[in-house]
Amino acid sequence: MTVGGVLMTAVLVAFVGVPRPGAPAPVTDGAAPPLYTAQTGTQPGAPVGIPGARDSALEATTTLLASELRCPVCQGNSIQDSPSELAQEMRNLIRDQLRAGKSPDDVRAYFVDKYGEWILLAPKPEGLNLVVYLVPFLAILVGGAVVWRTVRKWTAHNPVPPT
Amino acid sequence: MNWRRATLAVAFSAPIIGLLGFGLTRDPKQIDSPLPGKAAPAFSLAVFAPGEGETALAVGDTVRLAGHAGKIVVVNFWASWCLQCRDEHRDLSTAATSYFDRGVRFVGVLYNDQESFGLRWIDEMGGQTYPSVLDPRTRTAIDYGLYGVPETFLISQDGRVAYKHIGPISERLLSYKLDSLLRDGARTP
Repeated sequence: MTVGGVLMTAVLVAFVGVPRPGAPAPVTDGAAPPLYTAQTGTQPGAPVGIPGARDSALEATTTLLASELRCPVCQGNSIQDSPSELAQEMRNLIRDQLRAGKSPDDVRAYFVDKYGEWILLAPKPEGLNLVVYLVPFLAILVGGAVVWRTVRKWTAHNPVPPT
Repeated sequence: MNWRRATLAVAFSAPIIGLLGFGLTRDPKQIDSPLPGKAAPAFSLAVFAPGEGETALAVGDTVRLAGHAGKIVVVNFWASWCLQCRDEHRDLSTAATSYFDRGVRFVGVLYNDQESFGLRWIDEMGGQTYPSVLDPRTRTAIDYGLYGVPETFLISQDGRVAYKHIGPISERLLSYKLDSLLRDGARTP
């Protein structure tokens, strides 16, 4: 694979991400269909009125939201990953709020209202927060350019002898 | 020396070193709360430790924030397993008594702990002048955006969170904040 190919692959992986086995689906906003609908408590397409399906959709959304929120008493853990009692109660609170008909956005807003944006493991991509999102790509581009230049220099100094 | 290369290296590394240095000056536990200035979250919690003297309430009574409308309320989250809570205990107890006549009410909220441990702790500490309440499932703690204990919230006469203190609070700071709030309250018609 050429240097350009390696760079392209690195950029693609950075943008799209490599899904971890068992990792929850990425959260999407806007036009994407909701994972959980407050009115029915079911996933789109799931059989309506079946308690098992409703519970699993509720659990899936709870897990998803808990993975997005920072545990206040831990070091960089989400409340989904934390075994602390506060994180456990926060998960229960998310579940209760969803069960009461609140949307995932309402639940997120509740926690931001109480803890500030700090509670979001992924800060909103706006304002100064954009630095967090842009710097890694900038670093990849600059690093790639350095690697590319170095490799070019090496190959120019040590040309491959004709076979 | 290759000056061009050295300048490039400094230009890249200086901001990173500066950023890391800035990070070292900040306490990661001191996180700005969005609550000050906003309406204090309502609560309705059962008393498990009655308090003493004129501040006392009966065990099982319900303390409602709404029941203290027009008064300054000091809400202190504590736990028997919290070492720093020992440091502030005497100061809080003293202030609760000395500010009672000026319309300030203190409430202790037991955080992530058992009632029996809380009662034993109060006993060990030589009593608590103000009542403490239970917070089942830590819902009030989450409502107040709690990171840990001790944390103290000062709620002004108009029901807003005026100040949040992380860590043990001293009588001096508490008096300064309460006096300011009382002065502001007296100025407001």
